[in-house]
Amino acid sequence: MKRLLDRLPGFIFLLIALSALSALALIIVFIFYEGIPIIAKVGLGQFTLGMSWAPGKGEFGILPMIIGTVSVTLGAAALGVPVAILTSIFLTEFAPAAVSRIVRPAIQLLAGIPSVVYGFWGLTFIVPYIRLWIGGPGLSVLAGSVILAIMILPTVISITEVSLLALPRTYKEGSLAIGATQWQTVWSVQLPAARSGIMAAVILGVGRAVGETMAVIMVLGNAVALPESILDPARTLTTNIGIEMGYASGDHQQALFATGIVLLVIVMSLNSIAQATLKRSQR
Amino acid sequence: MDPLRSNPLHNKSLLKLAGILLVSSGLLLISGCSQAQKAHQIIIAGSTSVQPFAEILAEEYMKMHPDISIDIQGGGSSSGIKAALSGTAAIGMSSRDLKGDELSLWSAEIARDGLAIIVHPDNTVNELTSAQVQDIYVKAMDNWAQLGGQDGNIHLFTREEGSGTRDAFVSLAMDNADVTPKAMVQDSNGAVRQLVGDDPGAIGYISLGLVNDQVKAVSLDGVAASHENIINGSYKLSRPFLFVSNGDPEGIAKDFIDFVLSEEGRQILTREGLVTRGAEVQP
Repeated sequence: MKRLLDRLPGFIFLLIALSALSALALIIVFIFYEGIPIIAKVGLGQFTLGMSWAPGKGEFGILPMIIGTVSVTLGAAALGVPVAILTSIFLTEFAPAAVSRIVRPAIQLLAGIPSVVYGFWGLTFIVPYIRLWIGGPGLSVLAGSVILAIMILPTVISITEVSLLALPRTYKEGSLAIGATQWQTVWSVQLPAARSGIMAAVILGVGRAVGETMAVIMVLGNAVALPESILDPARTLTTNIGIEMGYASGDHQQALFATGIVLLVIVMSLNSIAQATLKRSQR
Repeated sequence: MDPLRSNPLHNKSLLKLAGILLVSSGLLLISGCSQAQKAHQIIIAGSTSVQPFAEILAEEYMKMHPDISIDIQGGGSSSGIKAALSGTAAIGMSSRDLKGDELSLWSAEIARDGLAIIVHPDNTVNELTSAQVQDIYVKAMDNWAQLGGQDGNIHLFTREEGSGTRDAFVSLAMDNADVTPKAMVQDSNGAVRQLVGDDPGAIGYISLGLVNDQVKAVSLDGVAASHENIINGSYKLSRPFLFVSNGDPEGIAKDFIDFVLSEEGRQILTREGLVTRGAEVQP
């Protein structure tokens, strides 16, 4: 009896852990079950490389959205990653303890702001200024990139910081001992040594940007056409699902699930690449 | 043996946790089953444009008659009319006029839906022709100067695929031509109104009942978008919302239709943005 009681907690926790896993399995099975038929019907090539999305006419091409996702994400990385890396260098190497005690939690706070708040702020602040100062309708790839750049900061900064801090002290001490300045040490010794950790940080940040929905729905304009400049509206894979799920039925609904499959594949590959890079950096 | 694991207190609290989980999941199951079959049920099916309004009406009706359940399904006007003809549905919903064989059905116009083409209040354009609207929405004509307004880019807003408002716009204003993919897509009347109200170059369309002083409704072919012009049929962007049934409605169906056509039903429909005959309140 006592032995049974001993085992019980372990068993219960196993069940709970399995239920979390089965949720993942259920979601994946469901998405594929709903989405595969339309991909089979339209053809994988026509679906992923088709230029025209008009569900009412039976045209399901998501290439404009793949390109939309890629361009918004690249824009976010271009704007966000330099800021993030320089911030991590500042925090680990240059900031006085008193400053980093304030800056570090403040950056983590960015991760806690709900995405709809980012979107609303972007819509009422970023979008009108882009329209007034730069041009176009304001709702644009640029607006999406700016919002996402801010949203990926906490992820990229904290992982970059960890990989900088994980470097052996001897690297820095050796470099300073042969007369290099602090900046030379950071630039030519520490950054290259932490390279794969930083790569992983960037890839995880990009994964976060690819998956974000609510904030970009509000600032991107969601036009189905291919964006010709960063001031044009665009649609990403996530916003395609988010904006059309309301009334979708039949083939249209399946096509949205199929969009989900493509998204899932992209995010999963990004995450696996990041995991692999992180593992290599830890070796 | 591990002292922590054999601690009776430890095990007890875990057992308690497991107990709570079991009981709560049991409760969930019971509450799921207690939705017993209601004695009186009717099915209403058809237009997805009418559906949300019918749902609101049914909700109000079921509050007054808790023993009656009204099941509302989409499927589109044609399938709703077919369902009424075959008797699969007690009431069919249609957002277009009946034609041909369908005219043998009993029908009642519960309200009319009006669409307003809206621009920024500062826009000097007060009137458009149907041809101009098509030039803007099909060919993506891009400067207000071409329409007699001030020089500036036209920023186009439309609704998402599958939206009833979009369907109505495409069939009433565009002669079923496709909206250009360059148009920005928003997923609610409110979002379109907000964005058009913010952008002096924008144009969009929303339900007439939702026009307020944030935006300006333009006249179409010289006819103002107004309650009167929709009732007298001169304004082009309007369509009937019909309830149809095979023969005179009886029983619950009759009682529900009477409720919809009553002062209270009309008030609800007017509040939700539709145009009803005889209702005084204009939102």
